[in-house]
Amino acid sequence: MTATTLFEKIWRAHEVVAETADTPAVLYIDLHLTHEVTSPQAYSMLRERGLRVRRTDRTLATMDHSTPTDADQLFGRIPIKLESAAKQVSQLEKNCAEFGVELFAVGSPHRGIVHVIGPELGATQPGKTIVCGDSHTSTHGAFGALAFGIGTTEVGHVLATQCLLQRKAKSLAVNVEGTLPAGVTAKDLVLAIIRKLGVSGGTGSVIEYRGSTIRALSMDERMTVCNMSIEAGARAGLIAPDETTFAYLKGRPRAPQGTAWDEAVAQWRTLVSDEGATFDREIHIDASTLAPMITYGTHPGMSVALDEAIPAQGDAVYHKALAYMGLTAGQTMLGQPVQVVFLGSCTNGRLSDIEAAAALLRGRKVAPGVQFLVVPGSDAIKREAEAKGLDLIFKEAGADWREAGCSMCLGMNGDTVAKGAYCVSTSNRNFEGRQGVGSRTLLASPATAVAAAVAGVVADARQLT
Amino acid sequence: MEPIHSIRSRTVVIASTNIDTDQLMPARFLTTTTREGLGKHLFADWRYDAAGQPIPSFILNQPEAVGCQILVAGRNIGCGSSREHAPWGLYDYGFRAVISTEIADIFRNNSLKNGLVPVVVDEATHAWLLANPGVEITVDLEARVLRLPDGREVSFPIESFARYCLLNGVDETGYLLSQIPAIEAYEARVGA
Ligand code: SF4
Repeated sequence: MTATTLFEKIWRAHEVVAETADTPAVLYIDLHLTHEVTSPQAYSMLRERGLRVRRTDRTLATMDHSTPTDADQLFGRIPIKLESAAKQVSQLEKNCAEFGVELFAVGSPHRGIVHVIGPELGATQPGKTIVCGDSHTSTHGAFGALAFGIGTTEVGHVLATQCLLQRKAKSLAVNVEGTLPAGVTAKDLVLAIIRKLGVSGGTGSVIEYRGSTIRALSMDERMTVCNMSIEAGARAGLIAPDETTFAYLKGRPRAPQGTAWDEAVAQWRTLVSDEGATFDREIHIDASTLAPMITYGTHPGMSVALDEAIPAQGDAVYHKALAYMGLTAGQTMLGQPVQVVFLGSCTNGRLSDIEAAAALLRGRKVAPGVQFLVVPGSDAIKREAEAKGLDLIFKEAGADWREAGCSMCLGMNGDTVAKGAYCVSTSNRNFEGRQGVGSRTLLASPATAVAAAVAGVVADARQLT
Repeated sequence: MEPIHSIRSRTVVIASTNIDTDQLMPARFLTTTTREGLGKHLFADWRYDAAGQPIPSFILNQPEAVGCQILVAGRNIGCGSSREHAPWGLYDYGFRAVISTEIADIFRNNSLKNGLVPVVVDEATHAWLLANPGVEITVDLEARVLRLPDGREVSFPIESFARYCLLNGVDETGYLLSQIPAIEAYEARVGA
């Protein structure tokens, strides 16, 4: 038997019809996650054609992108300020009721960002194919699932047939060896990987993250890494499941139970790239040389270490990006004044992120003039954090503790950064206007976010006094 | 969907690299529940000022852009969010083809499903197109070639099934639905 990659194994197990020169493969989808933004037109298509949702048992819906994080608006004590957002949310409720899709609506204890709740429920499992009308579906690859983002037409395809037409992607191994220095996080690692690959370096590929550094990461950290695979252009990011994965999933509501659990784990253990399997491309990273990273430009590949000068060379587009950001080539990011700090998103809105931030913030105050927004990735995370009293640490420091949702990661739910303002954000995209028209995003880890909130300028969390 | 064989049009050039889908269609326009009418929001933050007035220097606000069906963009257009609202907006505005040296995966997929032909060309052809905005060219989907005004023909790759669907106005949903027996057999086989 020839040595096979993990990606290849999952792909083959889901081929309903193999690809030919003339036709793409028909690929079976085990789990379809949906949300309010990219599904309405897909349900319209079902209606127009008189189709039903073929496998409601493989479909989950949540509302996260356009929901407000302000409790009064979210729970209907006052109207949702953005009328179109309110309409989209009620449309999802209608669609799910009509088609029999399970929905985690406002008030459900399971509601949250789509890529946070899948793993939390144990619905995200090794070896599965998982899709969602959302590019950060790559997050679920942390469990050794083949998970990727699709468009709305394809959401319709999966609703109607539980399948997608796909050409097989290439494979790219990102090998990371060595120990991350103290104070250097998974977010810093993935920013360094994207910088090395470039924002289109992963185009057409499925990444498998490998090596001792990856094996040592917790599930939350692995999700942070896989989440940003798309920022290097990759279709998906994968990490082979291991004891860390099984320990995370065990006992979760949608994970197999009893003897089914033992059988599942036995099968999951086979989900590794075989010794000697070849990848279309490989890169190597030495984790021990990494430092806390921050972006300075308008795509996630434009990043530097906190004390590293912004590169001077670049084309006209590069200099336009710097002008948009109001930054100068040659300067370092340390000391750059910031007005907003955002802790949250499907990249860094999990309990461990909030715990790490709270540990740093304890006994400190948010700098005057800085708005520090803390948004848990899900309702469950919010409850757990509150049970540990973490919300009080944020509130006492002067931060704003909100309801779960995508919030300031993208400007469509009322949480925005003002034109020209700088926001240190733990999210994943620093595109022009991503956080609001004219907003200037500096992507970084939760630790760097807290340091900035306390100092009022970009600062190194390792030197917080 | 209407069949597409070839597109003959003048080009609009937007040379920026890495034009992400947040630029093509900012998030605040995603609260729509239909596909129509997004053309007016295409490139909204590059096209309009804070008061909603057209910014004259932006190409889509200039008279020569009117009626153009081919967009020539810098390397790696369509990166970022999977929002299909981006190709919907381009199509609704009137574009039928997008040319670049690299086109991001999800955006390329979404484009193919909406009658927008993604055309990936070599660096030299791209450089020539960037340097000659407004030239009339032909994207010949049937022959898989781009025809330049001087008669040069540049071939481009396109996934064969997507091309078949575009040429025949077939949509992929129908094809997938015809696979239901195979899907049922798969489900029975793996116990799904
Ligand atoms: S948190 Fe941001 S990146 Fe994640 S799903 Fe929401 S909008 Fe997308």
